[in-house]
Amino acid sequence: MPPYVVIAAVVLVGLLLFVAAMGARRLLAPRAPTRAKLTTYESGVDPVGSGWAQTQIRYFVYAFLYVIFAVDAVYLFPWALVLRTSGLGRASLVEMALFIGVLVVGLVHAARRGLLRWL
Amino acid sequence: MSQPIEVTLRALAVLVAFLVLPLLVGQTEHKVMAHMQGRLGPMYAGGFHGWAQLVADGVKFVQKEDITPAAADRWVFRVAPAVALVPYLVALAAIPLSPHLVAAAAPGSAVFVLAVTAVGILGTLMAGWASANKYSLLGAMRAAAQLLSYELPMVLAVASVCLAAGSLSLTGIAGAWSPWWLLWQLPGAVVFLVSAVAELQRPPFDMPVADSEIVFGAYTEYTGLRFAFFLLSEYAGIVVMSLLFAVLYLGGWHGAFSDVLGWLWTLLKGFAVAVLVIWLRVAWPRLREDQLQRLAWLVLVPLALGQLALTGLWVVTTA
Repeated sequence: MPPYVVIAAVVLVGLLLFVAAMGARRLLAPRAPTRAKLTTYESGVDPVGSGWAQTQIRYFVYAFLYVIFAVDAVYLFPWALVLRTSGLGRASLVEMALFIGVLVVGLVHAARRGLLRWL
Repeated sequence: MSQPIEVTLRALAVLVAFLVLPLLVGQTEHKVMAHMQGRLGPMYAGGFHGWAQLVADGVKFVQKEDITPAAADRWVFRVAPAVALVPYLVALAAIPLSPHLVAAAAPGSAVFVLAVTAVGILGTLMAGWASANKYSLLGAMRAAAQLLSYELPMVLAVASVCLAAGSLSLTGIAGAWSPWWLLWQLPGAVVFLVSAVAELQRPPFDMPVADSEIVFGAYTEYTGLRFAFFLLSEYAGIVVMSLLFAVLYLGGWHGAFSDVLGWLWTLLKGFAVAVLVIWLRVAWPRLREDQLQRLAWLVLVPLALGQLALTGLWVVTTA
């Protein structure tokens, strides 16, 4: 039996679980909205400014680094299947070492430039 | 048995496991944490040592008012808990308990499980962004940075196991496992465990929900059942990661009488890992946000790459 049929069914069951639980809540939970209840929570005082605050997106360097290394990881998984093939093993090991080595040089560079600090 | 019935039964079996195992882990956390801290934990609900505490909590959550703040992006805010929860259910379907006991034997299940659990992160991001709350936004940013950073060492550690086994399916990996892996793959196992705890945003990596700094991070505005779903997804995450660790590094069903009791071995090993994850919460204080990023990029990634080199060299020289 194709496993992805089961996986599709599991996704469907998960969505049904969510819908059914929300239906049960609709039947059982009280609903009495007031203005104060619907305001944004800011430690019990009135919210300052609008709900959307400007913030420094610190994580974008990590996002870049992640994308680079995630592409690298995508190539690692198929490699796992051919590493034992005779005539391909040693050559692929050297090639992979070069490939990852270049990425590591990049990571070291980012670290030395202080890009991996949170602040 | 006709195919539609079998598919339905398999999906329902996954659902039952998904609803029972996280509650077991949650109750264990109540009790283990309590006894480690010299308390008793829940003792009343259900009579015997408060076994029904989480069932009672669930009943309470269903009856609580569901509030969507006026400033929130309503639709995204309401859907976010499902986005956080469903991926772990799907991941559970692909994890084998024994060579034959698996709901969906996907050929590349190791990659599949990693990919699916990564989707759950979107739920946290959606929750934080849609809440229109400053704490939530800060929490979501922290969560995004943390989950991106720790996804990578985890993927590298799993890639190393796939190399060692020469297979991308969890069944194949656990089938190729031998006790010697406990030493050979030890650095990768440590990397995997640390990244798994960070992915789950569990202490000592719980900065995205640091209560003393940003209330409850991305989940600050949530109440009632939607909030409960985020909690459930955390515990479902512990179940998925613990079972994954058991299958990848502890040999899954390998043990005495593994023909008959293989599934029990996998569950017991996974449960032991879950207790370890709970123990970490009791034993360690929260890291600082900047320490967290340093640990991921300057310790775990190089360690995982080193493990990868070790595995590759060993496989090529002994092949």
